[in-house]
Amino acid sequence: MAEGSRDQGGVGTTDPEEDSPNMIVYRKIEDIVTRIQDEKAGGVAIRTVKSFLSKIPSVVSGADIVQWLMKNLSVEDPAEAIHLGSLVAAHGYIFPISDHVLTLKDDGTLYRFQSPYFWPSNCWEPENTDYAIYLCKRTMQNKARLELADYEAENLARLQRAFARKWEFIFMQAEAQVKIDRKKDKAERKILDSQERAFWDVHRPVPGCVNTTEMDIRKCRRERNPHRVKKSVYGVPDDGQSQPSPIHSSSQPRKPTKEDVQKEITFLNIQLDRHCMKVSKVADSLMSYTEQFMEYDPFVSATDPSNPWIGDDTSFWDLEASREPSQQRVKRWGFSLEEALKDPVGRDQFLKFLESEFSSENLRFWLAVQDLKRRPLQDVSARAQEIWQEFLAEGAPSSINLDSHSYERTSQNLKDPGRYSYEDAQEHIFQLMKSDSYARFLRSNIYQDLLFARKKVILKSLFLFFFYINLHSSISHNCLFL
Amino acid sequence: MGEMEQLRKEADSLKDQITAARKAVQDTTLQEAVAGITVVGRVQMKTRKTLRGHLAKIYAMHWGTDSKLCVSASQDGKLIVWDSITTNKVNAIPLKSSWVMTCAYAPSGNFVACGGLDNMCSIYNLKGKDGNVKVMRELAAHTGYLSCCRFLNDSEIITSSGDCTCVLWDIETGTEKTIFTGHQGDCMSLAVSPDFKFFISGACDYTAKLWDIREGQCRQTFGGHESDINSIGFFPNGNAIITGSDDATCKLYDLRADQELITYQDSGIMCGVTSLAPSLSGRLILAGYDDFNVNIWDSLKAERVGVLAGHDNRVSCIGVSSDGMACCTGSWDSFLKIWN
Repeated sequence: MAEGSRDQGGVGTTDPEEDSPNMIVYRKIEDIVTRIQDEKAGGVAIRTVKSFLSKIPSVVSGADIVQWLMKNLSVEDPAEAIHLGSLVAAHGYIFPISDHVLTLKDDGTLYRFQSPYFWPSNCWEPENTDYAIYLCKRTMQNKARLELADYEAENLARLQRAFARKWEFIFMQAEAQVKIDRKKDKAERKILDSQERAFWDVHRPVPGCVNTTEMDIRKCRRERNPHRVKKSVYGVPDDGQSQPSPIHSSSQPRKPTKEDVQKEITFLNIQLDRHCMKVSKVADSLMSYTEQFMEYDPFVSATDPSNPWIGDDTSFWDLEASREPSQQRVKRWGFSLEEALKDPVGRDQFLKFLESEFSSENLRFWLAVQDLKRRPLQDVSARAQEIWQEFLAEGAPSSINLDSHSYERTSQNLKDPGRYSYEDAQEHIFQLMKSDSYARFLRSNIYQDLLFARKKVILKSLFLFFFYINLHSSISHNCLFL
Repeated sequence: MGEMEQLRKEADSLKDQITAARKAVQDTTLQEAVAGITVVGRVQMKTRKTLRGHLAKIYAMHWGTDSKLCVSASQDGKLIVWDSITTNKVNAIPLKSSWVMTCAYAPSGNFVACGGLDNMCSIYNLKGKDGNVKVMRELAAHTGYLSCCRFLNDSEIITSSGDCTCVLWDIETGTEKTIFTGHQGDCMSLAVSPDFKFFISGACDYTAKLWDIREGQCRQTFGGHESDINSIGFFPNGNAIITGSDDATCKLYDLRADQELITYQDSGIMCGVTSLAPSLSGRLILAGYDDFNVNIWDSLKAERVGVLAGHDNRVSCIGVSSDGMACCTGSWDSFLKIWN
């Protein structure tokens, strides 16, 4: 397979149904289920179990399945094996012989494998007529094991009302099915009956159980032939009753046009025309970023004060909002100029520092342009002019230092002002702040005091100093009165 | 016919050159580079809150920037804004169309948006004068379902659609400002870069694309998945992206190296990835799957370090709050759960 073309992505499959997310899972499960039944190749032992008065053919215990999954799929945790096995069961590939609920238990509960005829990958979408035939025929057979469960009886009653006019037809079909079934061998019938029931457990699940045949409606739409004749489980001819779903629309697959390919070529050229960084450098960058921020990641490190979600103590958020930054928070401003500006308190402190140096116009310009980009379109033109007047015009009150090239470009942009008119200028000023004022900010007293929480210490000592002065003076004062 | 042939040849040759350029910088693999660091310890999170109220499958959720409010969309035709701490419903917005597939919270907290099979993106004003939440704008132009939407600010929103395009809208005028075409399959998901200059989209053509918002151009395309990409997100540093697909894997692609760095997969995971979100540092990736679980991956070592099991049906959406404190999952079982 050519790595190049595959890498750029391609939708190559001919059968879109094979593409559907459920189908992808079915194929994976079928692979497992085929292997697990292959006794010669290390599969589980499927055997007949003697029960009180009868024999239970073709079963395997839940524990055996869990064992097999753990050994053959390199699953270490039995809970995970149970989860996986339950997934296989939920889709109807294995089922408990004495329960309607399709999950896997890691004990002696007996399970049977589903017949490939009933596999979900055959795209069964059984109609209610089929379901009615099924429930009806079960009532015809006088066997305890075929007795309807409560919800099935309710379903049958509902279907009888819905199909009142064609009930005779359904009844006849059910009788025909019973005749066919009677011809089969007793043991075979037990197996087939249970498999048929498991099929319906998937397509008409017990109330409260998940219907695993459901598909994401976004994917449903791509079915190429939504109006195809649905095959009946019992061979009943389709009498055109099936309504096309409102979701399905005949979306024809788009064949790429010349314009599409030309556009693709443009994109490929853009992609090619860029500098690729070495993987080693990129890997280092990822490692150092995650390392730096892991102490701020509440999922990895404990937070101080504690995570407000655990214990319902909101002091963490109160502290964040209080404008009194913690040392840890202040440390983060030192990671990069972006981090400092992301935090409103960091932004304020940086502004304060710049004001002390009489060079705040750069940051104020940067902030003004950020704000411009978020304004409603109708305000943009006026605001852009205001920014020009304040920062860039001849004799501007907060004149910023732009190189002549950016200055020219910006004044050109302003002939037709838009949100991105100052993009180049903003980038230039950002780099300026990053390389010059930001570095000095980090060395400044304003920052260092916050970083080492020195302010509090100074205040404390000042307080104590004045306290003792007062004490001294009041003692001497009192002495005068003695 | 001849011209088409020639164009295809040109495209293929360019693809080969890109592949060669990628190989040229492969002086190591991420796996080798991280060989020296240890796997993150087992992550065990508990459900702290369960948000009950929806009556049908939840298809989408999005955190507000205050890390406390979030919005969710369900096929019961409601958009609910939750105070996730108290689990109270701040707003329950009835929708015109119940086939909703996505929702978004504006960074300012003033608006929420949603859309779905109606092919429209509806913007709701949460801070209306009389306290009622009303539709402020209906952005209609897509010819396919709305799969995802994200606000850039109160005046601009980006949408992705089943018509294979993404669109940047001006909300005030309700018009399309830029149409991003190039995908050859339904666009399923999008994410905006931390600096708001780029966005990425994942589609049913198995590729992810990086778009320049200002230029309207596709800058990079990433392939490698074997099925639909359902979910996409930026790594917190803005230099890498993560994708989740129906092929049961997640992948990490680096933008500067222009290639896939690593795949997150396990032989025991067979179901597709529906949604994903990185933790605050990016060291953990939380991914929701069709098998009702969320798996937590160590993003650098590509090992599973945790599982969130608690939903009774598929996990359809997941989000980590902006302060990184909590993770919210939404499911087809109609519940949202907050974990940490």
